[in-house]
Amino acid sequence: MSDLPLWATLPATVLLVAGGLFALTGALGLLRLPDFFSRMHGPSMGNTIGCGCVLIASMLTASAVTGRLAIHEPLITLFIVVSSPVTSMLLMRAARYRDRARNAVRPGRAPESTDD
Amino acid sequence: MKRVPVVLTLTLIIIWLLLNGTASPGSILLGVILAVLLMLAASQFRPVRPRLRRLYLVVPLFFHVVVDVVRSNIGVARIVLGMVSRDQVRSGFLDVPLDLRDPHGLAILAAIITSTPGTAWADLSADGATLTLHVLDLKDEAEWIRIIKYRYESPLRRIFE
Repeated sequence: MSDLPLWATLPATVLLVAGGLFALTGALGLLRLPDFFSRMHGPSMGNTIGCGCVLIASMLTASAVTGRLAIHEPLITLFIVVSSPVTSMLLMRAARYRDRARNAVRPGRAPESTDD
Repeated sequence: MKRVPVVLTLTLIIIWLLLNGTASPGSILLGVILAVLLMLAASQFRPVRPRLRRLYLVVPLFFHVVVDVVRSNIGVARIVLGMVSRDQVRSGFLDVPLDLRDPHGLAILAAIITSTPGTAWADLSADGATLTLHVLDLKDEAEWIRIIKYRYESPLRRIFE
């Protein structure tokens, strides 16, 4: 890192630490939140702001190293944004289907979103 | 004669050039050839062509989404880290009446909703009139409906419909 100029190193470091902390918080959410549907929200933090911070840091350092603007990182963002709704919807619908099936098998129970 | 999907072709060329990291004549030529071939192949699978209008609305929408992504990340982080007491957090499902019908607009709405932590797309009713979301912090239902409808849906409708 010693050959990197300060204007790239400083913001890149801050962004990497911030992104890492956000991703860690998201993982913690997966652990701590009470039910399946709430836990859906945790990992998407790593997907969005965690990933975004790392990509901006990558753009900064790559631009500083090569001496020209690195611009293919937004493509990674695009691919993540396009693909993540697919898995998210699949999981949500599967869980809702499972809950409906469970409540149908055991009538009289209040609708709930149960733990795995 | 069907309309030629110009936007798709241009997007593919741009993606190709970004992936290569150059704009040399050779890579542009190869990109154009690939984009046209892919466009011809893909047009068989796309019965509905998007009709983009008022493209300038994409810019404010984009910035709204970026701001909301950062804000909702901080909101979810506060809940996960226990800065908001547990009994104040009420998560649950929310039904949003939806007027947007264009499948491309709906796809972008889904991407926005998935990208903001704290909201997740749960279901879309068969007639397309009701969108069910799961919201982690469902304090103010009317406020959430207002955000979805005015911040996201209305610009998307003006772009795609």
